Amino acid sequence: MKTIPGPYAFHITENDTHGGHTIRLKGRLTIDTASACLEQLLAALKKKSPPFYFDLSGVASLDDYGSLVLFEIKHALKIPETEFHILNPPEAYKKTLSLVNFDFDTRCSVLEGRKGSNTIVQLGESTLAALSVVKFMVAFIGAIALSTSKIFRQPKSLRLNDIISYMKSTGVDALPVIALISFLLGLIIAFMSSLQLKQFGANIYVASLVAMAMVSELGPIMTAIVVSGRTGSAYAAEIATMKISEEIDALTAMGFDPTLFLVIPRLIASLITIPLLTVFANFFGVAGGLLIGIGLLDLTAGAYITQTLDTLTIFELLWGLMKSCVFAILIAGVGCLKGFQARGGAAAVGQAATSAVVTSIFLIILFDSMFAIIRSYIG
Amino acid sequence: MPDTPVVEVKNLSVRYNEALILDDISFSVKAGERFVIVGGSGSGKSTLMRHMIGLESPDQGQVLINGTDMTCCSGSAFHDALRKIGVLFQGSALLGSMTVGENVALPIMEFTDLPKTAIASMVRMKLSLVDLECYEDHLPSEISGGMRKRAGLARAIALNPSILFLDEPSAGLDPITAAEIDDLIRHINQSMGTTMIIVTHELESIFNLAQRLIMLEKTSKRIIAEGTPADLKQNSTEPLVKRFFSPRQ
Repeated sequence: MKTIPGPYAFHITENDTHGGHTIRLKGRLTIDTASACLEQLLAALKKKSPPFYFDLSGVASLDDYGSLVLFEIKHALKIPETEFHILNPPEAYKKTLSLVNFDFDTRCSVLEGRKGSNTIVQLGESTLAALSVVKFMVAFIGAIALSTSKIFRQPKSLRLNDIISYMKSTGVDALPVIALISFLLGLIIAFMSSLQLKQFGANIYVASLVAMAMVSELGPIMTAIVVSGRTGSAYAAEIATMKISEEIDALTAMGFDPTLFLVIPRLIASLITIPLLTVFANFFGVAGGLLIGIGLLDLTAGAYITQTLDTLTIFELLWGLMKSCVFAILIAGVGCLKGFQARGGAAAVGQAATSAVVTSIFLIILFDSMFAIIRSYIG
Repeated sequence: MPDTPVVEVKNLSVRYNEALILDDISFSVKAGERFVIVGGSGSGKSTLMRHMIGLESPDQGQVLINGTDMTCCSGSAFHDALRKIGVLFQGSALLGSMTVGENVALPIMEFTDLPKTAIASMVRMKLSLVDLECYEDHLPSEISGGMRKRAGLARAIALNPSILFLDEPSAGLDPITAAEIDDLIRHINQSMGTTMIIVTHELESIFNLAQRLIMLEKTSKRIIAEGTPADLKQNSTEPLVKRFFSPRQ
């Protein structure tokens, strides 16, 4: 005979007449005691032979977790139906016991969550998903074209207040971080290049190098990367939230064009502010170089600025700005597209924001490479 | 012990900034009772419930749940008190990245040491109780609003709480689904002896569920009526209560 102390107890006795064992359960068989009771009963009954008679006459309290203990014992020890018996259940707990179907085998399988399909099905699903993304993208670009043409026909349909608000969040609010990053970048380029150029007495060319690097390459690309992290993700998250909370459906139902309402103002705001931010980035980058030029290379401010202006041409400036305009379209377009593609619950918002940042940074670098190749042909 | 109060709200007053939302609210709920808080939109029903479950702190007053003051306890005492209650939120508040089954399993995994197979069995038992056994692997976004409510209810009762708070359980549902949810609430109350505190303004649900109710009023921010629905409907002299319970013309 075995007795386990605690808020519950069980006594196991050998049956003389029918064979097998009787387990007399006492005390509370509830959520608080279920896991310990199950563990101890399983350990105790593992080496005993069925049939098992569970006598519940001494049970003071039993809930569905208590019923679960009996159910788990039956299935874990693979006790056949004919060798598993519940005796003397108190009247009050018969209903609780009836909640459990002791014959139901599938209840012993672990929760599987979402079942994954096989590789071929996954490949097919991925292909279809990729094709539907392409279809969605083409429809999205078409919708932007249609909305743009509508603006030319009905200029009043353009939401100017929204554009100003987005210009503030995309441009003004991003200025401090872009200024700081560009200043430090100019400073680093100047310092690193000075280490080499100083050896040839070509300190003045540090100004040329910083100006060229910032205006034609680093200014546009750094601005675009910072803005895609700040603004592209925000656009995607905002629109995804609106999508899953049916706000976009509400706009459509009210007769609004969601593209005109949500995408065009963001696109225009980005097209105005990102080139402007690039100009500021160029300025602060040159200022960073100037600090090194004056502080470490014994150049005068006048000489540094003159050399910078001599190096830069209008074409260089416009080339950089043209690149930043393309990057602006990519950032706003991808951000809005990913927002519109969101489906499901709160997790879809996070996925949309992440996907917008990753995709737009990839596209920025891809387009920058293409610009570099075109530039090499232009000369 | 049926007359023992398990929830006591004493002189509760709530302000948001300077605006008074609830003024000197006092009532108690007995063990096993289906208690309903009613009132018009903006009368502070949901605010009262949020204070009762300790999500927000009042300006003054006490909320005692099984003797624990939810307004000032913290740490393990607060978590022990929360362990005894279940909450069904108005929007169900299922975690969107998890399946229905995983949502129900979450509290069981966190607060018991049961093996995975036993947890799976318990999840299926709870889901069968709310008639959702076939939807274990569905995401919340893939099921209907009524199903989400039932899944939320299954999660709320996962740990057999002694007190269940339900915020607008049948709001936004069609009359048949709303009646099914009401039946389910009665069934859980009767089979498990769970004390139910229900916030609603659905007249059908009030008559289906309430054994006793209080009515909050938007202007005075106080309780203006307390009793059974039938008693208030027939005997109340308060014009607002009469209007609330009379059918629309």
